[in-house]
Amino acid sequence: MTSCLWSLENGRAKGKFVADQGIHLKDPLLDYRPMANKGYDANKPTTTMCHQVSQKDVIMRLLFVDGSLYLKGNPAIFHGYLDDQFTQLQKLQDESNPDFVVEVVSLFFEDSEKLLNNLTRALEQQNVDFRQVDAHVHQFKGSSSSIGAMRVKNVCVAFRNNCEAQNHEGSLRCLQQVKYEYSLLKNKLETLFRLEQQILAAGGSIPIME
Amino acid sequence: MRRYRIVLAVDDSLVDRKLIEKLLTNFSCKVTTAENGQRALEILGLGDGQHNSKKNDLKVNLIITDYCMPGMTGYELLKKIKESPTMKEIPVVIVSSENIPTRINKCLEEGAQEFMLKPLKQSDVKKLSCHIMKVNKSCKGRPFMGR
Repeated sequence: MTSCLWSLENGRAKGKFVADQGIHLKDPLLDYRPMANKGYDANKPTTTMCHQVSQKDVIMRLLFVDGSLYLKGNPAIFHGYLDDQFTQLQKLQDESNPDFVVEVVSLFFEDSEKLLNNLTRALEQQNVDFRQVDAHVHQFKGSSSSIGAMRVKNVCVAFRNNCEAQNHEGSLRCLQQVKYEYSLLKNKLETLFRLEQQILAAGGSIPIME
Repeated sequence: MRRYRIVLAVDDSLVDRKLIEKLLTNFSCKVTTAENGQRALEILGLGDGQHNSKKNDLKVNLIITDYCMPGMTGYELLKKIKESPTMKEIPVVIVSSENIPTRINKCLEEGAQEFMLKPLKQSDVKKLSCHIMKVNKSCKGRPFMGR
């Protein structure tokens, strides 16, 4: 059982790990990116501790080096839900806009919910206007592609084929599927953001559960 | 003195506007966005009923527009810009999620500087910043940020 207590002081995470014997540094530092510090000083003698945090199968592996916190790889790229485009968004985030990823994803959620409502209504009609349905799907495909939502985008591709064929049943199936994929993705992203928030929260001690 | 690169980005998608804005801002560009072709023309002072060269038109170094937009497509916007004596020198970049050679060719033939595939990445914008540096037609007067 591992636990971690830390607090933020002057923008740097300071804390200590109480670790099981089994946890030790295996991965090279290069695989990690800073979460709550300005940079790693290679010349300083180091004390390092590794820790793994997980919630609902989103796993974050953290490295704690001399008061600085690093995150291994990209826990967002999980099970093919998101592709490299999401990493591109993360690369854009910087000090001048530290909430960029959350902001873009929030816009995506808002946009998607409207699109899904429009699609549901459009497919409920007696005489379905497939051009209109296709226009909505095209938009959804675009925005999901822009944030790297690979699985959602792929369903949109199949969806557009059904629209082109004016296949009502096929379209309804695709709508179900895209709603499902979207809700899975939303769930994962919300978990990820919540985990990040917990880790970065200032002050006090935060017990992290395995 | 630092030279500003002023870009007009046109896209009907809110997510994409946010993305392009950040991509360009990270490359020290000043960005104005428009959600459709009509609005873009108004910002440039080319809207219906507007006269050219009004004092508060936006002087841009580069226009980036999505191809697929409701109302006026990016191609139609490109044509309107190239028809304007005052705006035709401004490089126009078309972006699209679809890789359709006939579409690409017709945009390039109409005078598009570049055609790029969405979603855009930092490396794409880096390519463009060379264009902005090269084709930097001097703009008379101080640029005014209309928004």
